[in-house]
Amino acid sequence: MSAAAPGTSKGAHSDAAAKKKKGPGALATAYLVIYNVVMTAGWLVIAVGLVRAYLARGSYHGLYYSIEKPLKFFQTGAILEILHCAVGIVPSSVVLTGFQVMSRVFLTWAVTHSVREVQSEDSVLLFVTAWTVTEIIRYSFYTFSLLNHLPYLIKWARYTFFIVLYPMGVTGELLTIYAALPYVQKTGLYSVTLPNKYNFSFDYYSFLILVMISYIPLFPQLYFHMIRQRKKVLGHIEDYSKVE
Amino acid sequence: MKHYEVEILDAKTKDKLCFLDKVEPNATIGEIKSMFHKSHPQWYPARQSIRLDPKGKSLKDEDVLQHLPVGTTATFYFRDLGAQISWVTVFLTEYTGPLVIYLMFYFRVPFIYAPKYDFTTSKHWVVHLACMCHSFHYCKRLLETLFVHRFSHGTMPLRNIFKNCTYYWGFAAWMAYYINHPLYTPPIYGEQQIRLALIIFLFCQIGNFSIHIALRNLRPPGSKTRKIPYPTKNPFTWIFLLVSCPNYTYELGSWLGFTLMTQCLPVAFFTLVGFIQMTVWAKGKHRSYLKEFRDYPPLRSPILPFIL
Repeated sequence: MSAAAPGTSKGAHSDAAAKKKKGPGALATAYLVIYNVVMTAGWLVIAVGLVRAYLARGSYHGLYYSIEKPLKFFQTGAILEILHCAVGIVPSSVVLTGFQVMSRVFLTWAVTHSVREVQSEDSVLLFVTAWTVTEIIRYSFYTFSLLNHLPYLIKWARYTFFIVLYPMGVTGELLTIYAALPYVQKTGLYSVTLPNKYNFSFDYYSFLILVMISYIPLFPQLYFHMIRQRKKVLGHIEDYSKVE
Repeated sequence: MKHYEVEILDAKTKDKLCFLDKVEPNATIGEIKSMFHKSHPQWYPARQSIRLDPKGKSLKDEDVLQHLPVGTTATFYFRDLGAQISWVTVFLTEYTGPLVIYLMFYFRVPFIYAPKYDFTTSKHWVVHLACMCHSFHYCKRLLETLFVHRFSHGTMPLRNIFKNCTYYWGFAAWMAYYINHPLYTPPIYGEQQIRLALIIFLFCQIGNFSIHIALRNLRPPGSKTRKIPYPTKNPFTWIFLLVSCPNYTYELGSWLGFTLMTQCLPVAFFTLVGFIQMTVWAKGKHRSYLKEFRDYPPLRSPILPFIL
């Protein structure tokens, strides 16, 4: 799903709680700064690519092809974040991060890449745009946090843009999966039927429908978690001004 | 005899929930829980966690008041563990499901497969064998729950029954669907494969049962003492020399046997997931053994000899 991510709550607390919590070591911090800078740059490349393609063609149509390769590269690269949690240099849940990253990777490879016919859909542009803006903000947020110099603007953006970007991304994702359904059914993509020697069957079409249904319980939970985080992180600033 | 005063505070809010005066010095935590239950009937003893420190470990029911590091006015902190359900109830429910569900697929009850197959039986004899093995396994588990196991804890949180039943019942249905399917393909290596699989399965079932009996005999009825398990005269228990939790080792073996017998990928998945969970449990148990007993045999591994 498009939004925000792993380490949200920890990222927010790391400013205040940096003194209480033992952060990653110096080497790990250096590595993470490099990682986050590279990812910020990568998604900026995608953003620029989208804008240039739009200006060149004069339409929103088919912009996916102009950023297909960097999108695949940088979105797949995010799998490293699961490793960061597993190793302990990032204080987030492996399961939560894993889930978030793999859902993005699933959409990139198992839906958009695999079903050629959806690549020209406008819904793809919708979620790619949402992901791009979210990730640029998110990775710069992490970069600045690690360097202990977080501009309020970035913090504000991280905890505010999601309000629009998250539903936008989810809409794009759902529409794309929906568009893929007829092609998957027709070609039997990634599906296995009986009989076979492993006594196993898998219907990718039904699986995609289940995935779409799963958004119903999952999306509100993640969205309202972010809203609560927003109150916690940005709420303090309003309190201080009230005190004065 | 000097009596104690006991006050119980909420661990989170620190509100005074209960004040007990004239408590006997030899009163146990269990008895205090009963007294607390009287003033707060919604919190039966099984869902009470009483501790000395709001963030500390729960005290045991057997702990005696005068042996605790408290003054004559003792302050305890209370946490609600949530609705509880007995282990026996959970085990019986989670094991009866697979037994019944598998049989429904075996007898091809309507609405599962195409109508022309309703109430027919498979032409492959391995399918009948698999049904017998699966049913035997869960009957054994039910009987062990009723007559063999001695549980350390009486209860677990209520939500566990939903989680556990989803796991057992879900996987049972998934496996049973393919094994009893009209288009089921029997094992490639035929009779040889099935025979070997059956031997492994039976060997591990006997082994698993032997371990359960050995563990039961370690613990006198009604007690919650923990002792190091050792090999007995029963050869199936000699595996204790190399492994802390051989019950899990044998359980893995049984399901590997069943996987081989049915040559069914969902069964392999179930075996893998079960193995991962049992490894987590075995490592935890192994660690508690090491912590509790300084003379714990060093040769033992948690679940797989020398490996894991």
